Amino acid sequence: MIAIYLLFILMLAIFLGFELIQKVPATLHTPLMSGANAISGITILAAIVLAGNDSGTAATVLGVIAVFCATVNVVGGYLVTDRMLAMFKKK
Amino acid sequence: MDNLILINIVYVIAAALFIFGLKLLGNPATARKGNMLSGLAMLVAIIVTLMDQNIVSYGWIMVSILAGSAVGVYVSKKVEMTGMPELVSLFNGVGGLASAAVAIAAMVASELSSGIASISVIALIIGSVTFSGSLVAWGKLSERVSGKPIVFNQQAIANYGLIAATILFSSLYVLNPSSLFFIVVVIVLALAIGVMVVLPIGGADMPVVISLLNSYSGLAACAAGFALENNLLIVAGALVGASGIILTNIMCKAMNRSLINVLTSGFQEVVTNEIVVEGEIKPISAEDAFYVFEAAQSILVIPGYGMAVAQAQHAMKELQELLEKNDAEVVYGIHPVAGRMPGHMNVLLAEADVSYDLLLEMDEVNPRMENFDIAIVIGANDVVNPAARELEGSPIYGMPVINADLAKNVFVIKRSMSSGFAGVDNPLFFKDNTRMIFGDAKEVINNIVRQFND
Repeated sequence: MIAIYLLFILMLAIFLGFELIQKVPATLHTPLMSGANAISGITILAAIVLAGNDSGTAATVLGVIAVFCATVNVVGGYLVTDRMLAMFKKK
Repeated sequence: MDNLILINIVYVIAAALFIFGLKLLGNPATARKGNMLSGLAMLVAIIVTLMDQNIVSYGWIMVSILAGSAVGVYVSKKVEMTGMPELVSLFNGVGGLASAAVAIAAMVASELSSGIASISVIALIIGSVTFSGSLVAWGKLSERVSGKPIVFNQQAIANYGLIAATILFSSLYVLNPSSLFFIVVVIVLALAIGVMVVLPIGGADMPVVISLLNSYSGLAACAAGFALENNLLIVAGALVGASGIILTNIMCKAMNRSLINVLTSGFQEVVTNEIVVEGEIKPISAEDAFYVFEAAQSILVIPGYGMAVAQAQHAMKELQELLEKNDAEVVYGIHPVAGRMPGHMNVLLAEADVSYDLLLEMDEVNPRMENFDIAIVIGANDVVNPAARELEGSPIYGMPVINADLAKNVFVIKRSMSSGFAGVDNPLFFKDNTRMIFGDAKEVINNIVRQFND
């Protein structure tokens, strides 16, 4: 039953995503992509739990690697998007 | 149990903030705020996740978060705007790696039920393909790997073989969820698929590839969310996946090609083009072109990848200011696939401080093309090729292009005479109203600027 309920969420999120992104103008496509990329670093939530719970050395090491990669993705992604967006000015 | 409820309540709030942030990202005036909201959502989600009762030790988590943040801050401050396509590729890659590592960690942590095992192996495959594919894309963009399509004999057959083997070993893993061997084989196969998919794709098709890998990085997170039953991973991953798919679709439409065609174009035999475009090339010096610029009332600038290579955006902005002082109107016409990633030209021009309301899309400039006194093409080729409109049988026939040839005067700044990526001759260069200015884009524009100042 949980799987069905998760699929339901997925379906709604995909439709919402299409609606939201369709309206983004071409001029913002690069910041959109890097901003979306930062959001994909959301894996960090799963990585944190796997790195912190005690289910064997292998799982912990992989979790720590995942936390590191996802943090680079999240921090770098948001900052570089912000840097780009700060340059978009109208005179 | 209380913690779990609190965590999930905060996840709902974070999802709402992500959605609202993306909504604000749709308008240049509010985009920065939108990005910050999305960042805030990520921050609260991370903090509340740290309260998970399953976490017994924090040492390594903190170390890796601090190290990752340091790398992220350093890279984001140091990168040049021209290096943005490479950086986005790398970030797609580390995102994919993170999802793959999460999937493997879940696989080795405990013996999974076949349902969870199947979805974990899917997360692992998407994550690994994203990782290796993004690294190859990065290599191509930074010219560490040849930008030309790399093809070998029987490549298509090798790819089908890889995909079949991946499905086989994934199924074997699901049937034996304790087998480390099958996991390793699937990882190797998925990494190979990523490499093989991106290698045969040429430089000018990179906007499609980057968008697609962007989508995959979201889908990998989404699949990991299914494996670990985490709502927020599913929602955020799906939003990114949808965003990447929309961009991929826009890029494909702008090239009048299907995604399958872009991904397999490297395998197809090059269409030998019997149509020979003939005519006379009429070169002009920057000094002589200046007189036409001085008299022009409205000017359309059409940038392409060559502008990025020559770093000519700042010189162009200087010329724009001089032209505006001369009471001329200057606007920019930007083709969706100009450059190496979606919106590449817009970022470079924003960096040069060009107001974003002057950056017009193809559909906005084409209807008024006849009214422009000058269309100046800077380092673009295929996106202004009239063969797409008038030469039936040309490989790019049917692709929507900016109709530069319909402007009163056309100047094409070009390093030398060679055909564009598509390998198609460009009849624009032979039109009566076209003059070629040969040379480095930055030097040519600076030269015109100097004439104005004298």
